[in-house]
Amino acid sequence: MRKKRWGGNSTLKKIKDYLPWIVYFVFFVGILVVNPGTHYIHLVARVIIFSLYAVAFNLLYGTTGLVSFGHALFYGVGAYITGMLVKAAGPEYFLLFIILGAAGAAFVSIFIGLLTLRLTGVYFTMLTLAFAQLAWGLTFKLYHFTGGDDGIQAIPKPAMLTGGVTKYYIFSFIIVTICMYLLWRIRRSPFGSVLNCIRQNPQRITFLGMNVYKNQLKAFVISAFFAGVAGGLYAGLDGSIHPDMLHWPTSGNAILMATIGGMGTFFGPVVGAGILTGLEEIVGKYTEYWSFCIGVVVLIVVLLFPNGVLGIKKISGNKNNEEKETEVVCNS
Amino acid sequence: MDINTFLAQFVSGLSVAMLLFLISSGLTLIFGVVNVLNFAHGSFYLLGTYFAYQLMQLFNNFWVGLLVGAIGAGIVGMVIEILFLRRIYGRAQEGAFQLLMTFAFILILDDVVKFIWGPEYKTIPKPDSLMGSFNMGSVMVPTYNVFIIVVGLLVVLFAWYFLTKTDTGKTVRASSLDRVMLGLLGTNVPMIMTLVFGVATAMGGLAGVLAAPLRTVTPGAGVEFIIDSMIVVVIGGFGNFWGALLGALIIGEVLSFGILWMPELATVLTFIVMIIVLIVKPEGLLAKKAVGRK
Repeated sequence: MRKKRWGGNSTLKKIKDYLPWIVYFVFFVGILVVNPGTHYIHLVARVIIFSLYAVAFNLLYGTTGLVSFGHALFYGVGAYITGMLVKAAGPEYFLLFIILGAAGAAFVSIFIGLLTLRLTGVYFTMLTLAFAQLAWGLTFKLYHFTGGDDGIQAIPKPAMLTGGVTKYYIFSFIIVTICMYLLWRIRRSPFGSVLNCIRQNPQRITFLGMNVYKNQLKAFVISAFFAGVAGGLYAGLDGSIHPDMLHWPTSGNAILMATIGGMGTFFGPVVGAGILTGLEEIVGKYTEYWSFCIGVVVLIVVLLFPNGVLGIKKISGNKNNEEKETEVVCNS
Repeated sequence: MDINTFLAQFVSGLSVAMLLFLISSGLTLIFGVVNVLNFAHGSFYLLGTYFAYQLMQLFNNFWVGLLVGAIGAGIVGMVIEILFLRRIYGRAQEGAFQLLMTFAFILILDDVVKFIWGPEYKTIPKPDSLMGSFNMGSVMVPTYNVFIIVVGLLVVLFAWYFLTKTDTGKTVRASSLDRVMLGLLGTNVPMIMTLVFGVATAMGGLAGVLAAPLRTVTPGAGVEFIIDSMIVVVIGGFGNFWGALLGALIIGEVLSFGILWMPELATVLTFIVMIIVLIVKPEGLLAKKAVGRK
């Protein structure tokens, strides 16, 4: 069953499967070829880092159906661990520190996941929010350890990546692409199908002899790990991090990006990250009321395109897509 | 700590608790009846404050501001419910969309407030009649705090009477139990939901006006308050009116005494309380049905 769905016999279908990847590479490599100047490269670097954050979040949100409102915690933990290690030990092992930061985020997420996943629905959402806000408050208060509301400034980059944002962009692009590929594989693996089924029909999973809680926890930890990578990358981008990275609007942004782009698709959050960052940039140029505009966009998306930008074609093409998917996934 | 400090702190905690109760009882009412987790409730609190501010600029009368702030916030709430929220009831993954939509309203309303009234700090003075302080034994208590407590108690009494003794109140409670059945019996359920949303947001607006003389009025004020009110609702149990009262009392006192004993961690303490409650009794202190996993 799995082979029939994913493998495909015709090459056309294969190309269609990989089309988003092609577009992804064309856009993010193309921007280097076009080279629109430091400012825009910096912007696209932000887009790509947010993309990883949103795609990692979407493994939980769009795939497993868990609405976490505290993902900023893992993003922030990744950033802070990376930032503090680089500050303490020098920037030579920058990549290692990013991985350590992500591992730290994953470690924290095990405990939080164990506690929060005992609850469902809105209670899960609130408890994740509480933990993230707790971490935010602590970051603020533990001045000697985290730098309080100053955050951590002037985080050095390794010699290889200093000078010009383009180098750091390429570095981020490579790491994000590797992570995206891993997440993509995870989503298409049998484990990914289990997660899909947990969203659509958790009872079925129990009938099949699998454990919903354990699988949700796995998804939670994986999602936290990659969110931590994104946080670590962001720490290097501007060389500065601040407690706001753990504040609830950052968690809200993950939900926004995933929903605007399309939570039912893998690349939706990437599009969402692009739209959100682009909006902030464009609207921010003309007026300080950009959050008003984002609010309007979110309203339009929620009311008219609940499946997000990449989900638009699904409604017109195939009405029972979701139902069909349920059947395929749950019968395999 | 001597008994006087304790009493003074307790009363100040009580007034915070009453403000929190006004907001969170609205939140919990909306959740119980309309089944929406209204993240934007803080924005109605904010609207109430600014409506009152505007009115006081015109008439220089606190009581007119109080009335108009509450009613204005309620009207905006009803308009939003009818035009927007109504459209997403019953959708798949409704929770996520509610979260997003109300989040969008936080962004929109806060910016509208910033646009109309500007980002700078505003002040609303206490009315002259409530200036000064009360002498309770050997403890001095500001009259205004007592006033807030009295208003809170009046709202509690009125709500108790309304929800348990009147027919409309019984309909409201029924709609939180079984919406479909109520509709079949000939009640206009959408109208009940709009009304409840209006009343709840009006209570948020009322709290905004009441709190204004004690705090500074800024476009970010709503967000600060909403997180604490969320915690209150979670602790008391979603949709449970008396739970909101209990939760507000706990959080109000925790905030008040936390600042005294652990000023460093006062803001974090409320989250710790919430986490403990959610782990021990996930459905909230006064809720009946269990929500956790078996």
